[in-house]
Amino acid sequence: MSAFESELQAVADRVIAQAKPGEQVEAFVTRGGETDVRIYQGAVEHFVSAQSEGIGIRVISEGRTGFAYAGTLDESAISEVLAEARDNVQFGESDEWAALAEPDGVSITEQSLWNDALAEYPTDEKIDLAKKLEKLASGQDPRVRVDDSNYADAHGESAVASTSGIRMSGRENGCYVSVSTLADEGEGDDAETQTGFGFSVGRSPHEFDLEKAAREASERATRLLGATKPSTRRTTVVFDPMVTAQFLGVISSTLNGEAVVKGRSLFKDRLGDSVAAANVTLIDDPTNTKAYSATDVDGEGLAARRNVLIENGVLQQFVHNSYSARRAGTVSTGNATRGGFAGTPGVGCLALSLVPGLRSQAEIISDIDDGLLVQSMQGLHSGVNPISGDFSTGAAGLLITNGEVGAPVREFTIASTLQRMLQDIIEIGGDIEWLPMRASGLSLVIRDVTMSGS
Amino acid sequence: MRTGADFAEVYAEDKSNTSAGFDDGRIEQVTSGRDRGAGIRVIAGDTTGFAHTADLSEAGLVAAASAAAAAASQGGGGVRNVSLTQAPIHRPNTIVHLPESIAKARKVELLQRMNEAARSYGPEIVQVSAGYGDSLKRTLVANTDGVFATDEIIRTLLRISAVADGDSGMQTGYQSMGHTVGFEIFDTVDVEELARDAARQAITKLLARPAPSGAMPVVIKNGSGGVLFHEACGHGLEADLVAKDSSVYAGKVGQLVANPLVTLVDDGTMPGEWGTLGYDDEGHITQRNTLIQDGVLTDYMWDHIRARNAGRPGSGNGRRQSYQHLPMVRMTNTFVLNGPDTPEDIISSTPNGVYVAKLGGGSVNTATGDFVFGMTEAYLIEDGKITEPLREGNLIGNGPKVLRDIDMLANDFAMGNPGTCGKDGQGVPVGDGQPTLRVKELTIGGTAA
Repeated sequence: MSAFESELQAVADRVIAQAKPGEQVEAFVTRGGETDVRIYQGAVEHFVSAQSEGIGIRVISEGRTGFAYAGTLDESAISEVLAEARDNVQFGESDEWAALAEPDGVSITEQSLWNDALAEYPTDEKIDLAKKLEKLASGQDPRVRVDDSNYADAHGESAVASTSGIRMSGRENGCYVSVSTLADEGEGDDAETQTGFGFSVGRSPHEFDLEKAAREASERATRLLGATKPSTRRTTVVFDPMVTAQFLGVISSTLNGEAVVKGRSLFKDRLGDSVAAANVTLIDDPTNTKAYSATDVDGEGLAARRNVLIENGVLQQFVHNSYSARRAGTVSTGNATRGGFAGTPGVGCLALSLVPGLRSQAEIISDIDDGLLVQSMQGLHSGVNPISGDFSTGAAGLLITNGEVGAPVREFTIASTLQRMLQDIIEIGGDIEWLPMRASGLSLVIRDVTMSGS
Repeated sequence: MRTGADFAEVYAEDKSNTSAGFDDGRIEQVTSGRDRGAGIRVIAGDTTGFAHTADLSEAGLVAAASAAAAAASQGGGGVRNVSLTQAPIHRPNTIVHLPESIAKARKVELLQRMNEAARSYGPEIVQVSAGYGDSLKRTLVANTDGVFATDEIIRTLLRISAVADGDSGMQTGYQSMGHTVGFEIFDTVDVEELARDAARQAITKLLARPAPSGAMPVVIKNGSGGVLFHEACGHGLEADLVAKDSSVYAGKVGQLVANPLVTLVDDGTMPGEWGTLGYDDEGHITQRNTLIQDGVLTDYMWDHIRARNAGRPGSGNGRRQSYQHLPMVRMTNTFVLNGPDTPEDIISSTPNGVYVAKLGGGSVNTATGDFVFGMTEAYLIEDGKITEPLREGNLIGNGPKVLRDIDMLANDFAMGNPGTCGKDGQGVPVGDGQPTLRVKELTIGGTAA
């Protein structure tokens, strides 16, 4: 956000100008659009062109909060939204910590989140990119066919204004290509299909690496062909970078300040304790321009900033928005999240990363006698409980034997607890990779994980 | 339609909703929302163009239609007149109280009662959050195949989550209820009982031991395991995945794909259920579709375009998350019919295994058939009896194999909790149900030997 002076800012300003005495009002306004192209067998399967806009208004009065939103910026609708939010205030129960964020003087790290080249990129070339990716992916291996090849971009502008002095607007855009593959082998009852995917992201289509996306999509599918169900045992697992990023996403919910102040984090009483192996330093840094989710301000309009959460295994701090910080007796870490105009700010990590080690994945694997390289996890939303710490997910990957990657395996689970897994990290790879999620990936080695199969 | 396309459709939606959130001892916030707009779809050859707009004026709609037509490409063509006759009203649900007729104070009061009930259940309960939501959605869909239908769906949802704290750390319990009817549902649903059940689960799990690892028999309680079929075969029976040969069930109609005990139905007309609709989101009337009869695959689920391409009638399974989304093949209420056994017989004839009393979410890779689902409340079965509670974990299996491995099916059918099914980035409300059943072998994702 920040530098871009938009028409939306004027909309937000007009709303908060209507605040009554004793009333805190915040307006969050967005407008955006997206393009979504899907190619199948050389032809456009669908082309979606979408525009949307909306406003969310939060009113706080005597510690009570009310909220309303609408998916339009019509003046008459905005008046109704403000009236509804005010009406809803009377049903909220008084909360002594309820208040809007206030400017905290932390200066903003300017970032270029808008790319003119993408905004002007012609439609025909978007279609051509997805076609080219489909062709590249299907040409990698005779066993591979492409399920779908996609190009997508999105642009959005937003503005926030509040009676507590927040006033911020900005815009950003981004794009990605992705491809899903199927690899087939065998006939009749022996017929087998495995799936893979590849992608590339950028602020501009010129940053795409189509070759890499195609190669990874093909390799992910073909290297699982012939996979069997492994026997049940405890083993050392190596998470592929993508899997590590998903794992960090789970860890982030245990470091969420709102979960902490409401007693729902398993680390709630552990500040200053050693919660992870000594080689673990975990940082949330949305000011790192390499991060796909890099941003200059958070969902409440405060400056995004670098926060060290775990240093050499010791829990240093949690992430907060202004509400959870007030309750915890601290200050916001600039970690307010907002899913759009239809919700109020939550708390979350914005761009999480482990400090990388030195070795490549191949070097790491060469030292493992018996282990498992995890290529994908399935069911993170159903088998992982960040409150109890129980961790159990479906997985697919490759067995590691005497320092080499070997037989593919599938239809098994890996299980431990989050508490133990952090302590059981024995190496962090040097192969850091920024992925289209709120965490980066790298190879991560965790010992003593239960692999449950036959 | 002036651009030479084969098919054009307009879908308009007007949705209003109210929700209330309770957490940490207080009503945190009441939210009101309003969304309305139209999505316009144009198909030329195999290419679909789609655009949507929140501007429902004639100018707004024409602009979106032009964008969709341009997206589907191809100029030329003439004007085709389509005669539209509105389809008769089809309302599987009987609504007594529209959400807007109920004071917000009565809605938030439900949450306060649930909090009280959960906390009174035991001193171990240290935190409770609960949510209420209702919505009214009116839709209209018309297309150049002559379809013109309107629908109105009301939803009422309640959920509660409880946290218990003990020597072994924290545990959670969850319960929910959702129906496509109005506030009258609370004349029959005991909200305090829902809350006590969430509290009971959390407290029970404080004494839970780690789940076993490895393959063993699994008994799934009635009304808790419909997600098993949703993942093990439901998605694989969606005609869009079948058409692309990315389903393990492609080409299997007429073949025995499950134990002959199994009859699987998808029914969008069940009164009050979470996946129920009058018309689907392409204007096709909802109906009861038998997918698997006595173990034999009888049919897939269809949306308008796949059915049109196949030259067959639709099945009422074309759904979309909102006017901002393209429709695709989706389930409605998916369930397995009763079998011959009793739940007591199933448990007593299982020497060792796991009894799952409540399942969490799940997911499937339709191309391989591998699926997982979470067990949020489970117990060991030892010597034919339910014994100790187990900690949470995922179960993993392969759809086609699991369907054949269902070896006992009870006569105690029940529908389960409201679900949201995700596919290709879109979420839609679905229902599921089953009687108590046994799967001969599933892999339990625990840590114990």
